[in-house]
Amino acid sequence: MTELATYNFAYLDEQTKRMIRRAILKAIAIPGYQVPFASREMPMPYGWGTGGVQVTAAVIGPDDRLKVIDQGADDTTNAVSIRAFFQKTANVRVTTSTTEATIIQTRHRIPETPLTAGQILVYQVPIPEPLRFLEPRETETRKMHALEEYGLMHVKLYEDIARHGHIATTYAYPVKVEGRYVMDPSPTPKFDNPKMHRSPALQLFGAGREKRIYAVPPYTEVVSLDFEDHPFEIQSFSEPCALCGARGTYLDEVILDDKGGSMFVCSDTDFCEDRQAHGHCGHLSANPAEAAE
Amino acid sequence: MPTPLVVSDVAKSFTMHLRDGIRLPVVTNVSFSIKAGECAVLGGPSGAGKSSILKMIYGNYAVDQGQIIVPYRDRLVDIASADPRTMLGIRREMVGYVSQFLRTVPRVSALDVVAEPLVARGVKRGEAREKAAVLLSGLNLPERLWALPPATFSGGEQQRVNIARGFITDHPVLLLDEPTASLDARNRSVVVSMIEAKKAAGVAMLGIFHDEDVREAVADRIIDVTAFSTAGGVAA
Amino acid sequence: MSDTPLLKVNAVSKFYGSRIGCQNVSFELWPGEVLAIVGESGSGKTTLLNCLATRLAPSAGSVEYRMREGQFRDLYRLSEAERRLLMRTDWGFVHQNPADGLRMTVSAGANVGERLMAVGDRHYGRIRSTATDWLGRVEIAADRIDDEPRAFSGGMRQRLQIARNLVTNPRLIFMDEPTGGLDVSVQARLLDLLRGLVSDLGLAAIVVTHDLAVARLLSHRMMVMKDGHIVETGLTDRVLDDPQAPYTQLLVSSILQV
Repeated sequence: MTELATYNFAYLDEQTKRMIRRAILKAIAIPGYQVPFASREMPMPYGWGTGGVQVTAAVIGPDDRLKVIDQGADDTTNAVSIRAFFQKTANVRVTTSTTEATIIQTRHRIPETPLTAGQILVYQVPIPEPLRFLEPRETETRKMHALEEYGLMHVKLYEDIARHGHIATTYAYPVKVEGRYVMDPSPTPKFDNPKMHRSPALQLFGAGREKRIYAVPPYTEVVSLDFEDHPFEIQSFSEPCALCGARGTYLDEVILDDKGGSMFVCSDTDFCEDRQAHGHCGHLSANPAEAAE
Repeated sequence: MPTPLVVSDVAKSFTMHLRDGIRLPVVTNVSFSIKAGECAVLGGPSGAGKSSILKMIYGNYAVDQGQIIVPYRDRLVDIASADPRTMLGIRREMVGYVSQFLRTVPRVSALDVVAEPLVARGVKRGEAREKAAVLLSGLNLPERLWALPPATFSGGEQQRVNIARGFITDHPVLLLDEPTASLDARNRSVVVSMIEAKKAAGVAMLGIFHDEDVREAVADRIIDVTAFSTAGGVAA
Repeated sequence: MSDTPLLKVNAVSKFYGSRIGCQNVSFELWPGEVLAIVGESGSGKTTLLNCLATRLAPSAGSVEYRMREGQFRDLYRLSEAERRLLMRTDWGFVHQNPADGLRMTVSAGANVGERLMAVGDRHYGRIRSTATDWLGRVEIAADRIDDEPRAFSGGMRQRLQIARNLVTNPRLIFMDEPTGGLDVSVQARLLDLLRGLVSDLGLAAIVVTHDLAVARLLSHRMMVMKDGHIVETGLTDRVLDDPQAPYTQLLVSSILQV
């Protein structure tokens, strides 16, 4: 522990953490509402998860076990470096297992394994304002939230259907929280939207550059916006995961060669590896007999 | 017999503010009344103020003094002091006006131009058009013109559209400002018979007719406007 | 015809410091009535319009509006939510520059449909067919429904703006120089269209214009403004054919005869 003497626990000073916790408490009290907070400079550039890191730093304690994922993977640069950051500044235990983790910081995915009560999911958010691309004035969007004027959100979905014949928004798909605030779920695929609905876990969202925190408390209604005649639908995949054979998970395409060959595998690496460890396999998995060629 | 139009002691002058405020008197002490079923004709040379009198009754010119009384919705209203909204109601329900010139509206067909006053009074468009068609064919306007906007019509054709538009409603008071000015003999006689029909229906009419034959045919009496002229001409 | 006014304007004044925007303006507007406010630039007509349309708080006076439920409300005592709901349902505002009243980067159909979605319509097919119907009524071809107004001519943009405003069947429309900046032939078509819509829908309208021909064609009643004051009011044809005030006479005599 002596080498930690140069840092306060979890990097941020206590006053700052207190300020962030207050913002979080307010966010939990008003589900989906964007609470401004005094975002700090972090030892990483904006866009690398400074909002999520500050939220995690404010809620983490010595007994927590942290998991960090980036697009579902525990082993990409962003995930690895944030995990290392908290190991170094808070000396907390880390894990790649969804079930073992008490805090999961994520960029752009919700784990496939259902979350449980007591877990906290921290999202890294680039642009917290769902109305931003339709209405550039912050003064106006705040008024629209305050007065529940969300017609504009449907204008965007209308445009999708008019252009593509269906709602073509596939990520950052807007949701309405507890029947009140329209919220940007961060750039997760819309596949994950139903997982937010009445989740037993606490979901916190941090936008560092935009200086906003918002939250979805456990067991909160989260409804994806849609039209009566064009209801919300999640993506579906025709094949199962090439490695673990899972169906009904979110798959990434992995390019195999220069001839256009590719495979679809679970984006949630922990989930996929866990299944493989339990003997499940897909048509390209290495170990079992049917892998072949 | 009811008297739907009473004009008493009306005076009109124009004040030309752009020419040092000089006042051009037009008429003074205008007093007459028209009974239902009567057609009175304003007589006198041009410039005597005949048109101004019609325009005051229609609310198109302001009245300096005096009263113009018409019954409107169970009461008597003085047009000289009526507010714009009342005046619009009087125009819609009481006083009709057939002018010399048609103020054409672009892109509206002749048939609809004629039907419009009825539609404005709440008659269904189809029914109004049927009535318009009857009037236009009575006035010998070729059917091929009905669907066209009247802007490009000849003077006589435009005037017939205008007459049909003015006669289509059953306004109890009708003002006629030289409705036959550019018509041929055949159509003039059509108009004369239309005026006779209005009389029979009890409409009170006040008109200006320069054509002596028509005037002879329709006038129950002549109101000599020179009697109202302000002899002095320009007053300061 | 209703015997109750829609709008009651009582001694409205707007001052910019010691300068007068408009002073002591009172009038009433009835359903179905079109009122033109004319005057040259700087006469205060746009200031007055903005005071009436709750876009600018007056320094003194009150503006009362008869809500759909029938009771009169002081517009400047409405809550922000009530005011905005009124503006996007029962009112319309047609700007001189269509870019101020349209979303230039969303399609024509969405521009028309926005108000419907704002009041809770969640059926795409119904929104789209209503939008198509309105585009037809303002003479925009149905196959332009998915084009952005950026690709439209000035006249088409203005017609689109009108459709966008009328889709919720408002009872009162404010128009600020609706034909300003358009070619004469385009102007004539737009005026004709407006005239038809206003009379078919029984709309009340307040039209600000410096163009007396526009006022003559569209309005029943007219108010002439100069230096923030109303110098003359009356039936439109009476004001134009027999102007009383010196300034109105000057204005009328300045019309170019073609």
